[in-house]
Amino acid sequence: MSRYFGRKLLVYSLTFFLAVTIDWMIPRFMPGDPVQTMLSRGMLHAEGLEVMYGYYTKAFGLDVPVWKQYLNFWNALFHGDFGTSVYLFPQPVIKVIMRAVPYDILLLLPAILLSWFAGNKFGALAARSRWLDNTVSPLGYILTATPYMWLGILLSWVFAIVLDIFPIAGAYSFAMTPHLSWAFVGSVLKHWFLPFVSLFLVKFGGWAIGMRNMIIYELEADYSHYLEALGAPRRLVRKYAFRNAILPQITGLSLDLGVIVAGALVTEVVFSYPGIGYLILQAIQNQDYFLIQGCFLFIIMGVLLANFAIDIAYVIVDPRTRLGMVGEGA
Amino acid sequence: MSLRVENLTVYYQTLKGDVRALERATFSIADGEIMGLAGESGCGKTTLGHSLVRLAPPMRFVEGRVTLDGEELPIWDTERMNDFRFKKISIIPQYAMNAMNPTRKIGRMAAELLRSRRVDFRAKLPELRSRLDLVNLSHDVLNMYPIELSGGMKQRMVMVLSTLLNPSLLIADEITSALDVSSQKAVAEMLVAFRDQGCCKSVMVITHDISILYQIADTILIMYAGQLAEKAATATIIHSPRHPYTRLLISSLPKVGVKQSERRLTGIPGSPPLLLDPPIGCRFRERCPVAFDRCTEVPPFTEIDRDHFVACWKAFEEHARA
Repeated sequence: MSRYFGRKLLVYSLTFFLAVTIDWMIPRFMPGDPVQTMLSRGMLHAEGLEVMYGYYTKAFGLDVPVWKQYLNFWNALFHGDFGTSVYLFPQPVIKVIMRAVPYDILLLLPAILLSWFAGNKFGALAARSRWLDNTVSPLGYILTATPYMWLGILLSWVFAIVLDIFPIAGAYSFAMTPHLSWAFVGSVLKHWFLPFVSLFLVKFGGWAIGMRNMIIYELEADYSHYLEALGAPRRLVRKYAFRNAILPQITGLSLDLGVIVAGALVTEVVFSYPGIGYLILQAIQNQDYFLIQGCFLFIIMGVLLANFAIDIAYVIVDPRTRLGMVGEGA
Repeated sequence: MSLRVENLTVYYQTLKGDVRALERATFSIADGEIMGLAGESGCGKTTLGHSLVRLAPPMRFVEGRVTLDGEELPIWDTERMNDFRFKKISIIPQYAMNAMNPTRKIGRMAAELLRSRRVDFRAKLPELRSRLDLVNLSHDVLNMYPIELSGGMKQRMVMVLSTLLNPSLLIADEITSALDVSSQKAVAEMLVAFRDQGCCKSVMVITHDISILYQIADTILIMYAGQLAEKAATATIIHSPRHPYTRLLISSLPKVGVKQSERRLTGIPGSPPLLLDPPIGCRFRERCPVAFDRCTEVPPFTEIDRDHFVACWKAFEEHARA
């Protein structure tokens, strides 16, 4: 058991190291210079520009050789320092990200969980009823094939522009500042609804299709036929099939939860929703090395943690995986 | 008379039409009888066995009557058959290796299954334990998942599960096919022990392995291309078969004491007909060395000696002359 988790932990550490290294490299491969971009916004004359350039390059630690930048980066990371944002200078990256994270969780956690529950429920029902199968399944295929941003644009056009029931952008009314009041909460919910629905619908389609196919597969499995041959009532056969069909869905759920902090990039861009996804776009457009790094670091940690959680969950729900822990090569 | 099957006809529905897998089968199995059902692949033996337990699409019930202990089995009605399954008629399936739910402990699965059939699991537990002893399985298997058992253990576990409610008729479908020779013998002997201990009244053993039947079966029913060919006591089938197919089948088995390097094993020339559009009359006609004009009519499955049934015009002639 401890050997199994020890091995897993080693693999995850290695993955973390490689992923973070790539994360550090990618923004630096981009053409252009973040400090220059930042300074070009201010109207400075040539002499002042040079002084300012030298100052900021030093401040961001970009004046030392690349290998040293890399070591400094790891050193800072172990001290919990994510750096300072270039684009939102002088705010620290961690503060910028923390401000965005609640919006991501608010948007994605309900969308992922509710679509998972509803999708599994409807998928399982569709597998046993011809009428539902003829309605839910084609709908599911259409929904899951729909790009998030296209559905987002469509929804905002219909509900925000044509019908004018919901706002088109932002996380709350531009006329308000965040505070605790019914009016503000109402405004947040109103702004939250359309991005949530667009995410929910697309995900729902995928889960429903997956569950329907898995249930049909499990109902044709030998153990289902054996139960039927022994006269077990349909309820028991369905129950067993559902329990086994849910296993791959749990894997899918965990992978989805892993990208919870950035899984809605295009949706957030369409609705100008101030989550991490929206932040990533801003950071890339402004060549903000540290903000890009910080955002991706959050994604990497999320994916790894979710995978680790699913490894543990699987050991509990599927006895077959337990065999790998004591068997050869465990 | 435990089981009586009359004119049972079952087809498979396919896009190309009906596959006539079982045609007008009429036979019976006595109380306590172990009947071997033998024939080559695709002769309809599994179709016959399964149609008695669970006749589900693509199988299609065409006609026939099945009575078990004097009660008619509604084999065409999947729902109504549930009352009989497990309690009156049970099956050890061909796929015993995968027959148990991989994510449930075996004991829990048995409990849930029994409870769903309104049987008190606690009351049955001592019986279940003694049956495990009978097949040399430790009581611990009830706390294990199916993957923790070997193939032979799973086979025996399924035997115990299937017979737990003492069915009148047990259908054992190819239960030895996936096992090595020593386990084959052990499993076959356990089947006899089950019958002797009253875990099941009569048994239908479906197999293509006649040597296993020779060891355990009281009678053997030979099928060919969806039709019954011959049924008689085991010794009669082995030593004095009457149907030309049975004769060729038995003579093609390797014999003890004969070096096969000196005498090559012979088979039956030709191959079985396709059952999508089978030949009229006796379906063995085209491969039969003694076929004649009369064979274009279907020979009835007739009792020529006591408990010896044959469906062959030539055999009838020989019998009349004798």
